[in-house]
Amino acid sequence: MSAVAAVRPALRDPAAARRLGWAITALVLLWPLGRLADFHPATLLAPSNLQVLGTFLAGYLPPSMAPDFLRELATATLTTLAIATAGIALAFVIAVPLAIAATRSLSVAAIGPADGRWRGRLLRQAVRTVTVLLRSVPEIVWALLFVRASGLGPAAGVLALAITYGGMLAKVYSEILESADVRPARALLQAGSGRLAALCFGLLPLAADELVSYTVYRWECAVRAAVVMGFVGAGGLGQLMDQAIKGFVPAEASSISLVFFALVLLADAISLVLRKVLA
Amino acid sequence: MTLHLDKVGVVHANGRRALAGIDLVVAAGERVALIGPSGAGKTTLLRVAAASLRPTEGHANVLDADPWTLGAGALKALRARVGFVHQAPPIPPRQRVVTAVLAGRLGQWGLGRALRSWVAPADAAGARDALARVGLAERLFERCDQLSGGQLQRVAVARTLYQAPRLLLADEPVSALDATTADAVLRELVAYSESAGATFVASLHAVDLALRWFPRIAGVRDGVVMFDLPAAQVTPERLAALYAGEVAAERERPVQSLPHVTLPLGST
Repeated sequence: MSAVAAVRPALRDPAAARRLGWAITALVLLWPLGRLADFHPATLLAPSNLQVLGTFLAGYLPPSMAPDFLRELATATLTTLAIATAGIALAFVIAVPLAIAATRSLSVAAIGPADGRWRGRLLRQAVRTVTVLLRSVPEIVWALLFVRASGLGPAAGVLALAITYGGMLAKVYSEILESADVRPARALLQAGSGRLAALCFGLLPLAADELVSYTVYRWECAVRAAVVMGFVGAGGLGQLMDQAIKGFVPAEASSISLVFFALVLLADAISLVLRKVLA
Repeated sequence: MTLHLDKVGVVHANGRRALAGIDLVVAAGERVALIGPSGAGKTTLLRVAAASLRPTEGHANVLDADPWTLGAGALKALRARVGFVHQAPPIPPRQRVVTAVLAGRLGQWGLGRALRSWVAPADAAGARDALARVGLAERLFERCDQLSGGQLQRVAVARTLYQAPRLLLADEPVSALDATTADAVLRELVAYSESAGATFVASLHAVDLALRWFPRIAGVRDGVVMFDLPAAQVTPERLAALYAGEVAAERERPVQSLPHVTLPLGST
């Protein structure tokens, strides 16, 4: 027995020192960044500031339940949802062909004819550049531009979302497709199948749940973006929030915030259900 | 002539040589087994024969065409006539069995039919008949992730049978199956090749299966064909030379448990 005890290794984790080192390094690197961003947590807790914050927050309660306001809130919610959904739908239409063109796993040239290879590579690079261009400008900038061009209203928001989110969806779709096992699709291509058929029969069954959950998450982001674009005149909840804040009606702002919360909850539920269906 | 390899050599992109000076002529309807130690180049040879790997030296003629002079459309049509049973079944686990089998004819179907079949099976009866040959007809509408590894490989075989290729290639098609099933699956592939007059070239780890089901045996080692003989002339000495240095137990394992095997090894 004592022999066994003698060879029992020490319980001190040999990795502990290194991990502690990394943690300290991270803190040392982050601290100056916080200073640079004017982040002083202590000022939040100063008594005078706490009092101001307290009175402000107290105004939020209870949320406004005035029937007229609720009617307005319902219309604004629908508008925001419509902007987000129409924007994502258009973005989807833009993204799907780009993603398919950019996906290496569907390259027929990878199994020959070899002289088609540089053409495919060039096309994929061009498509990647297009998706970068699409998503390099934030949707809020597009929205400001379109509001100038086509006037106030949801249409500007829809177009702005379609462009930026089209680029985002294309990038992530092709990355999801490329991270899936390429063998089923390649086997189909090897047996003479076309690219689209290989996508449907070889790649999508592997990647469908990832693609759907990412799309629903992007829809959730689009709802938030639609709210923000409301501040610059695209209508919906953002415009309502703008009015509530500028008009010092915290109770209404509070009701609007509750709707935000409900919308994210909704997106989460949709994603969960769809994933369960596709699993 | 279904397959004509003329001084074929393959050097992979990383500089490793896989094949050197392969001369192989296979007539229509012929059955050839490729045997040899692992890493000998059997898979590379099969990929050249499948028109999915361009040889770096020599010429490969597949189904009376040089795949590497064809345009994209003609090459696609040629590939649709070549069936390939892979060592690991290339089937997405969340696909239904019927869809996986029907995917065998994607090369022959237009995009419209393919997409319609993706939504609802276009030819469930055809898929069932192909599955019946590998004993899985009743699993038609189940999902592939509910099958065992061996059953999935049989689905892959059913897909290739459904494709009805003129040239049937198989890379270790039964190495994941138990001895009885391996024998039954080979019997089905051989039966297909006989009834359809299709050429059948397969690489096999189990020498006994090769000798039982294939009239002609090609021994491959270090990227060259060491011998290419009728099965009856493959002597134990030749096999010993072919597998010199390889662990013998590995290639004989799948056959050990077969009760009714008669080894023709000592007969010549």
